[in-house]
Amino acid sequence: MGYTEEELKKELETKEYEYGFHTKIESDTFPKGLSSEIVKKISKKKGEPKWMTEWRLKSLKSWKEMVEPEWANINYKKPDLQSISYYSAPKKRDKYKSLDEIDPELLKTFDKLGISIDEQKKLSGVALDIVVDSVSVATTFKDTLAKKGIIFCPISEAIKKHSKLVKKYIGTVVPPKDNYYAALNSAVFTDGSFCYIPKGVKCPMELSTYFRINEPGTGQFERTLVIADKDSYVSYLEGCTAPSRDENQLHAAVVELIALDDAEIKYSTVQNWYPGDKKGKGGVYNFVTKRGICHTRAKISWTQVETGSAITWKYPSCILKGDHSIGEFYSIAVTNNYQQADTGTKMIHLGNNTKSTIISKGICAGKSNNSYRGLVRVSPRAKNARNFSQCDSLLMGNNCGSHTFPYIEVKNNSAQIEHEATTSKIGEDQIFYCNQRGIDTEKAIALIVNGFSKEVLNKLPMEFAIEAQKLLEISLEGSVG
Amino acid sequence: MLTIENLHAKVDGKHILNGIDLDVKAGEVHAIMGPNGSGKSTLSSVIGGNEDYLITKGTMLFDGIDLSELDAESRAHLGVFLSFQYPVEIPGVTVTNFIKTAINATRKAKGLEDTSSSELLKKIREKSKLLNIESKFLSRSLNEGFSGGEKKRNEIFQMLMLEPKLAILDETDSGLDIDALKIVANGVNKFRTKKNAVVLITHYQRLLDYIVPDFVHVLFEGIIVKSGTKELAHDLEDKGYDWVKDLI
Repeated sequence: MGYTEEELKKELETKEYEYGFHTKIESDTFPKGLSSEIVKKISKKKGEPKWMTEWRLKSLKSWKEMVEPEWANINYKKPDLQSISYYSAPKKRDKYKSLDEIDPELLKTFDKLGISIDEQKKLSGVALDIVVDSVSVATTFKDTLAKKGIIFCPISEAIKKHSKLVKKYIGTVVPPKDNYYAALNSAVFTDGSFCYIPKGVKCPMELSTYFRINEPGTGQFERTLVIADKDSYVSYLEGCTAPSRDENQLHAAVVELIALDDAEIKYSTVQNWYPGDKKGKGGVYNFVTKRGICHTRAKISWTQVETGSAITWKYPSCILKGDHSIGEFYSIAVTNNYQQADTGTKMIHLGNNTKSTIISKGICAGKSNNSYRGLVRVSPRAKNARNFSQCDSLLMGNNCGSHTFPYIEVKNNSAQIEHEATTSKIGEDQIFYCNQRGIDTEKAIALIVNGFSKEVLNKLPMEFAIEAQKLLEISLEGSVG
Repeated sequence: MLTIENLHAKVDGKHILNGIDLDVKAGEVHAIMGPNGSGKSTLSSVIGGNEDYLITKGTMLFDGIDLSELDAESRAHLGVFLSFQYPVEIPGVTVTNFIKTAINATRKAKGLEDTSSSELLKKIREKSKLLNIESKFLSRSLNEGFSGGEKKRNEIFQMLMLEPKLAILDETDSGLDIDALKIVANGVNKFRTKKNAVVLITHYQRLLDYIVPDFVHVLFEGIIVKSGTKELAHDLEDKGYDWVKDLI
């Protein structure tokens, strides 16, 4: 006897969030609340130079004068920022020389996530800087990278060891005053990654970080700074998972990319934070500011697969400052149950002959809400700017909502702007067709969704693409019927 | 192989099949003919397991197993194949990927491992040659932008790849020019063995010049009103479907 739709639905509903666990690691946590005292304490704890402490305090001052933005197409209860602890670090904070020194509980966590460091060490080609609850605990491949002059380390370390570089670039692409959450991040960020590729160097491996949120009730404020010097190349991967929590967790990261003349940065993200349960309880609030600047003939390519979080609010953007610079944005955003996503990009054409491409794929199931919001701006002095945007939405069921908000501001009449948008629905006829070929409904949906997302999946590095495909399947489980 | 007795079915509350009897044995080719709206496509959908159609009476056994108890994919795993009259598009999924997924899903249901890519490739080469399918075709998105002929050829290609026991071909000849028709018919004839069976659902006699049936049934208002051999198809062609009405 085969399943009825109802039975299938029921069975799928019992599948809980795959990465839902909480590791017991002794940690060192600050009291809840936000004040200049707390900011100073964070800075001191991290042994930062004075300029950094001051930068943080200035950011805090700006933040206090700002109000939380309300323009996004999302509904949520604003987090109480005074009830968050702004610092949490695993207690053993000495540097680890080998895996034996690492807390076995933590290693177990990595195992559950399917990315044991051990494996990672053996795996060639991926250097990993793992961030667990704000402090980087393991860095691999450092030596190989060092030989090429590449710096890839936790940003806290960079602030101390490469103070000049950090000071020169931090906040230049996303100024602390940029927005409410960027200001908050600038004041209280605890860790993140720093990457510098010297002139003319092609980074020989994919650089990867793995962010997780571990301690209950701690927000995570990552700060990432990637600098590709002239004529250099780097591909950077960022993936994340988080344990299940009932209270909403705030995540407000800032990522800044700087591509100097002729440089290329490829930045890929797979985001799989806890989306909340099927009734919409819990889940991560993901309010991220990601932006890159392209100098002459430079190229920045953002690729993102957003499957997690209760709320996603992010617009990885490119400022095409230099002539002949290129910006790309490839995105898949999946929402299921009560998830909400308001995501897209901004392409700011300032230089001549600049080019941008936007491919956005929104997949919407359950009672979720999925919005694409994109801005293409061509400044009066930018001659021959070109943009191509394509926004496709795929709907599953009758209770979800998909929205597209394309903003186009063209102030130079030599620009060529193209915008295409489609909305489609997974049809019962498509599912029956697959069923009749022996493919069950769950697999059929995965197949259809993967086909729909293919143009974006193809942009991901191989090993990431496979992970992303699995994530799409997991995220849409239970959306049938 | 397929034994249908007194089958009644409805869709959207409307009774379409009103007592079908059909017995298909291994090695046989049956043709089901009838005017538009006689229930031909409904019959194929009901056998295939489309849940929009509700069986209200009668039985449908496949090798002794009650098909009505099984969902569509389980029927496919047993070896029931439906060539669709209007195959759907699945953008971004290549012909190859789709076939691979289908083959492996059936293998999995039988407790077998995934087929190796070299084996699959060999089989694809062999079968695509039979149907004059170029390798470029295999990398296209399933049915997206396909011409009518390409869609039907792709259905037959899938049939050859999946090697079902029972193939129901729903209006496989519609939209085909004579060259394409010959190619498709050749594919079906190559498929035929003593162990499998084919049910051709068609409006016209034309297809039966190329795929010669052992039995011909005339369907009208949801009942098989006349059965015979291939000569019946010729009679129909000569006399038209109005002749059928007089048979009731």
